Amino acid sequence: MKKLIALGLLSLLLLVSGCPDTTSHSQGVYMLLDSSGTYKKEIKRAQAIINYLLGTLQPGDSFAVARIDSASFSEKDIIAKMTFDRRPSMTNQQKRLFKQKVDEFVAKVKGSAYTDITGGVLQAVEYLNETGAGRKHILIFSDLKEDLVKGQVRDFPIPVSECKVVALNVTKLRTDNIDPREYYKRVDQWKERVEAGGGHWRVINDLERLESILAD
Amino acid sequence: MSLPEILIIWPGSPVLSLIIEFVIAILLLYLARGPAHKAIYSLSAIIHSGLRLMARSVLLGEKRLVERNREVILATGARAAERLIEREFYRVDAVVKRDMSGYPALQHKLGDQIAHIDEDYRESTEVPVPSPDWVKAVDTLAKLPSKGDSWIANILGEIHKTAQAQYKNTMEEYRKAVSVRHSLLEKMMPYWRRLSQTLDQVDKTIIGLHERSKVIDNRMAEYEEIRNQSDKAVRMLTSSAMTQFFIAALVLLIAIGGAVINFNLIALPMSEMVGGGSYIGNFKTSNIAALVIILVEVAMGLYLMESLRITHLFPVIGHMDDKMRTRMIWVTFSILLILAGVESALAFMRDRIAADMQALRHALATVETAQPVSSWIPTVGQMVMGFILPFALTFVAIPLESFVQSSRTVFGSAVAGLLRLIGFGLRLLGNMVRYIGEFLVNIYDLLIFPPLWLENLIRNKEQHTEVSDIIVKEEV
Repeated sequence: MKKLIALGLLSLLLLVSGCPDTTSHSQGVYMLLDSSGTYKKEIKRAQAIINYLLGTLQPGDSFAVARIDSASFSEKDIIAKMTFDRRPSMTNQQKRLFKQKVDEFVAKVKGSAYTDITGGVLQAVEYLNETGAGRKHILIFSDLKEDLVKGQVRDFPIPVSECKVVALNVTKLRTDNIDPREYYKRVDQWKERVEAGGGHWRVINDLERLESILAD
Repeated sequence: MSLPEILIIWPGSPVLSLIIEFVIAILLLYLARGPAHKAIYSLSAIIHSGLRLMARSVLLGEKRLVERNREVILATGARAAERLIEREFYRVDAVVKRDMSGYPALQHKLGDQIAHIDEDYRESTEVPVPSPDWVKAVDTLAKLPSKGDSWIANILGEIHKTAQAQYKNTMEEYRKAVSVRHSLLEKMMPYWRRLSQTLDQVDKTIIGLHERSKVIDNRMAEYEEIRNQSDKAVRMLTSSAMTQFFIAALVLLIAIGGAVINFNLIALPMSEMVGGGSYIGNFKTSNIAALVIILVEVAMGLYLMESLRITHLFPVIGHMDDKMRTRMIWVTFSILLILAGVESALAFMRDRIAADMQALRHALATVETAQPVSSWIPTVGQMVMGFILPFALTFVAIPLESFVQSSRTVFGSAVAGLLRLIGFGLRLLGNMVRYIGEFLVNIYDLLIFPPLWLENLIRNKEQHTEVSDIIVKEEV
C-alpha cells in the first residue's frame, strides 16, 4: 500500500514538473491606425477601441499600437508597445502608461500623404511572432484604401498564418457611394490576401460590439 | 445477371414465376417444418435459459449484496450504539464521581445535623409539673373546717398561703422552662432547613441518575435489537442512514458554497504572487494555488477534528496517545491560524487590486461615471471573511464523516435496487424470447397453411376410414 502511494505521488510530481505546459495562453494584439488625411478624423474612435482593449487584456498579454503612414514597415511607426507583467498590479500601471502614450499621439497626430497598410501588417506579423503569443490578432483601423508611394513593392502574399486579422470601422469613401462595388471589391481583395497568407479575416463596422473583436 | 432476372423462372411472365417460386417455397418450408420448429424452439430456449441464468446470477448477487449491506448496517449501528452507551456510562460515572464522592462528607454533615437536632430535642423535653397528689393533700388540709378554733384556722390559713406561694413559684419555673424549650426548638429550625436542603440535593442527584439509567435502558434495548439482528433494527438503521446522507449532503453543499466564496477571495491576489499569465494545463496557476490553499485548510480541519476525537475518519490519529494527540491539535491549529492570517492578508490585497482595477476602468472609460464610494467596511468585511472561512471549513469534517459512513448504506441499497431491476428485466426478456419463439413457430405454420390444411384433410379422411372399418368389423 505504501509503495502504491509513493508511486502515485511520484507520478504526480513527474506530471507537474516533468511535463510542463508548453502551450502559450497569452494573446498578442497589434493595432494599426490609419492616419491618412481622409481617415484622420476617425482617430477618436480608435482611441475608444484601444481603451476597451486595455481594459480587456490580461497579465502576460502583448499589445502594440502603430500608425499607418507612407512607409509603415518600420518600428518608428509604433506608438506604444508593451508585454504586460504577470502581476496584475504592475499590469495596471503599464496600462496607464500605455494610455498616456496613445493620448499624446492622438493629441498631436498629423495626416500622412500615403497609406501603406501592407507594410503595417508585415510589421505587425513580425512583432506578434516575436512575442510568442498563443493567439495573434491584427486590428486594422482603416478604410482599407491603400495608397502607396511610387516604387514601393507590396503586391505579394502577406505571411499572416495563425493570425486573426480584423478590419475595424471600414468607412465608405465618396467614390464607394458612386459605385458600391468598389467598396466590396476593396474588402474582398484584402480578404483574399489575408486568407492566401494563411490568416483569418473578419470585418467589424459596428463599434458597439467591441467584445467580438478578440472573440475566437 | 441482375437479381430480378434470377427470380424470373418463366421468361416473359414474372407473375407466374413468382407464383411458382412461392409454391416451391411453401413446399420447401412444409418439408422443413419439423427441423425448423426444433431450430426455433432451440434458439428461443437457449436465449431464454441464458437470460434466466443471468437473471439468477444477478439476483444472487443482489441477495449477497443485501446480506452484506445488512451486516454492514448492523455492525455500524452496533458500533454507534456502543459508543452512545459508553458515553452515557461516562456521564453516569461523572455524576457519581462528582456527587457521590462527597457522600462520606455528606453523611458526616447529615449526622452532625441530626445530632444537633437530637441534642436540642432532648434539651427541649418538658419539665415535669409539681406532683398532683401533693397538691391535692395540701388542698385537702387547707380546706379542713376550723370549727371556730382560731389556732387551727391560722395553721390552715398558713398552709393555704404556703401552697399558693409554692404554686406560683412552680408555675413560674414551668413557664421559664417552656420558654427555654421554645427557644431551643426555634434554634432547631435552621438545622431542619439545612437537613431538608441536603436531602433535596441528594434527591436531585438520584433523580438525575434515574433519568440517565432510563436513557441507558433505552439505548440498551436498541443495542439488543441490533445484536439480535432484527428486521426492525435494520429498518431503523437504514432510515437513519438515509436521513444522515441527505442532511450531510446538504451541509456539504453549503460548505462547497463557502469554499467557492473563499476561492474567489484569494484567487485574484494569488495571481499577484504566482503570476496571472502562467498556466498548468488549461488552468491558471493562481487558481490552482488558491484551490490548493483551500484544500490544505480542509485537510488541516480534518486532522484537527480527528485529533479532538470529534470525527473518526483516520484510526491512526484516533489511536495516538494523548500526548501526541495534543501535540497534533496544536500543530494543526497553528497551521490553520497561519493560513487564516494569510487568507486575511490576501483578502486585503484583493481589495486593493480590485480598487486599482476599478480606477483603471474609470480612467479608460470614455464616458464620465460616478466615482465609487470609498469605505473601509468592504475591506474589513473581506479580511474577516478570509480569516473566519478557514475555521468554518474545519467543521466540514463532521458532515463529511456522516456522508462517508451513510453513503455506504445508501449506495449499497441503491445498487441492490438496481441489481433487482436488472434481474427483473433479464427474466422478463427471457420470457419474452420464449414466447417470441412460440410466436415464430405459429407464423411459420401460418405461412405454410395450404399444405398443412391438406395434410389435416387427408389425415381426417384416413382416420374416418379407419373408424368405419373398425365399426364394420365390430358389426360383423
